[in-house]
Amino acid sequence: MNQTTDQAAADTILSVNNIEVIYNHVILVLKGVSLDVPRGGIVALLGANGAGKTTTLKAISNLLRAERGEVTKGAILFEGNEVTDLTPNDLVTRGCIQVMEGRHCFEHLTVEENLMTGAYTRRDGAAAVKADLELVYSYFPRLRERRKSLAGYTSGGEQQMVAIGRALMSKPKMILLDEPSMGLAPQLVEEIFEIVRKLNEQEGVSILLAEQNTNIALKYSNYGYILESGRVVLDGDAAELRENEDVKEFYLGVAGADRKSFRDVKHYKRRKRWLA
Amino acid sequence: MMFLLEATISGLMAGVMYSLVALGFVLIFKASGVFNFAQGVMALFAGLTLVGLMEKFSLPPWAAIIATIAVMILLAWLIEFLVLRRLVNQAPIILFMATLGLAYVLEGLGDILWGSDVKLLDIGLPQGAVDWLLDDYNLYVERLEVAAAVTAVIMVVVLAVFFQKTRIGRALRAVADDHQAALSVGISLRTIWVIVWSVSGVVALVAGIMWGSKSGVQFSLSLIALKALPVLMLGGFTSIPGAIIGGLIIGVGEKWAEIYMGPIIGGAIENWFAYMLALAFLLVRPQGLFGEKIIERI
Ligand SMILES: Nc1ncnc2c1ncn2[C@@H]1O[C@H](COP(=O)(O)OP(=O)(O)O)[C@@H](O)[C@H]1O
Ligand SMILES: [Mg+2]
Repeated sequence: MNQTTDQAAADTILSVNNIEVIYNHVILVLKGVSLDVPRGGIVALLGANGAGKTTTLKAISNLLRAERGEVTKGAILFEGNEVTDLTPNDLVTRGCIQVMEGRHCFEHLTVEENLMTGAYTRRDGAAAVKADLELVYSYFPRLRERRKSLAGYTSGGEQQMVAIGRALMSKPKMILLDEPSMGLAPQLVEEIFEIVRKLNEQEGVSILLAEQNTNIALKYSNYGYILESGRVVLDGDAAELRENEDVKEFYLGVAGADRKSFRDVKHYKRRKRWLA
Repeated sequence: MMFLLEATISGLMAGVMYSLVALGFVLIFKASGVFNFAQGVMALFAGLTLVGLMEKFSLPPWAAIIATIAVMILLAWLIEFLVLRRLVNQAPIILFMATLGLAYVLEGLGDILWGSDVKLLDIGLPQGAVDWLLDDYNLYVERLEVAAAVTAVIMVVVLAVFFQKTRIGRALRAVADDHQAALSVGISLRTIWVIVWSVSGVVALVAGIMWGSKSGVQFSLSLIALKALPVLMLGGFTSIPGAIIGGLIIGVGEKWAEIYMGPIIGGAIENWFAYMLALAFLLVRPQGLFGEKIIERI
């Protein structure tokens, strides 16, 4: 019995248990969010703009404090350890790194310098870092061509690659990836998600992916959570969610109806009663 | 003509000093967005500590300099621990006020530790005129000023290499570019702050030594900060080359103004000329000479 629970814990790299987040001591944004990411999995966190996806990721990476946000309830476990009191620096050292929404490259640093900042926390020597730089270039050949350009002068797609490559330079076990598709052409989005999948399969990096683009996110992930106004309203296997009538209607834009919120949907209500 | 050349050289040398103090400002401003009002007092404090250590403990100059560097690093650490850490995420004006307070605390501390009398600083820098310039070209150039200029140039080169080539230097530039992103890759802002304040402290020490060797270590030393302000307006608050070139322009401009305008307007031009120049300049180019390139997103 004990053995199996240990086993389950070992296979869950990240576990978020019923967290509540408040900004500026007054603005309640997350109202009890729970989610699990299995080791080696890609999990999607879906929801409309303002649902609380970014807040959830920042609560995990502890970037919330720099924005006067605070986790007031619940617990976040990374590899079984509570992360609440850690700094972002500690978390990166332990292998959990966030790629922020809007890319946030260092504009006045070159592409290669940007990548090298990702290795800031590493202590395993210049040779290992150099080898990983080559690895990043092998995943993103375009970055090699542009390595001497200032990141600020590269295109949106290239900046997204820089942001992901920079995170990769920290040798992460887990990447928190916030809206990589934002503002990019569909073809480029596809290209970037292909690379993310390859990273997941070949490097074994677990990924928690926040996306508004439900369609593409469910295509590339194993499991999904749907967030609405700071609560998880639905979760399930990606394939299952793709077939779910309500998800189709609200997030995949398959049918066009005039119901305004996911909450009004009776399928979902039935499910919720059943869950409760 | 010779006279003008002499004035220009002397202006450049004075300018180097302004550049150094402005450089300290720029470093801290870039990395933490704090306008450090205490930069001038830091130069005074460093100078006082150096003289104090040499006098009270009869340390040789090199040992006293190393000890003073250690004191400046300790000071940076204390400032981070007691002030910056507590005020993180506050409005810039609050941080500015904190540095104003810091200026008074440091001034008082310097007084208590080392006394308030004017002190002579002699760490064995060469004095007098450069002989061959005087003999062959009839140019009067102070050796001390040449030493100051050379030191400043070395300092700037070392800093440039540090910023461009090292891991910490890269992290400093990353923080200056985007705080949040720097945090996200695991760069500790607290460490970076301690480092920039330490570097600024060392730059302040160099300025303190130069100024102190020339005019003695006294309260007026802290007023060179007032000269650094127009340098910053001229050079842009975030540009290291701007701080250096700006300092040289102000230094030379002052000397020229004294020569050409002094007789017409009357003396003491040096006190306000820099501000007039900076103000006139601001009207034409508000971002300063080398204001950071603003990269447009595509
Ligand atoms: N720093 C902040 N201070 C106050 N409210 C915030 C802050 N950041 C986000 N919010 C609010 O929290 C809610 C969720 O935002 P966010 O997590 O960015 O959502 P998403 O990433 O899903 O678009 C929004 O209503 C937003 O206005
Ligand atoms: Mg978001």
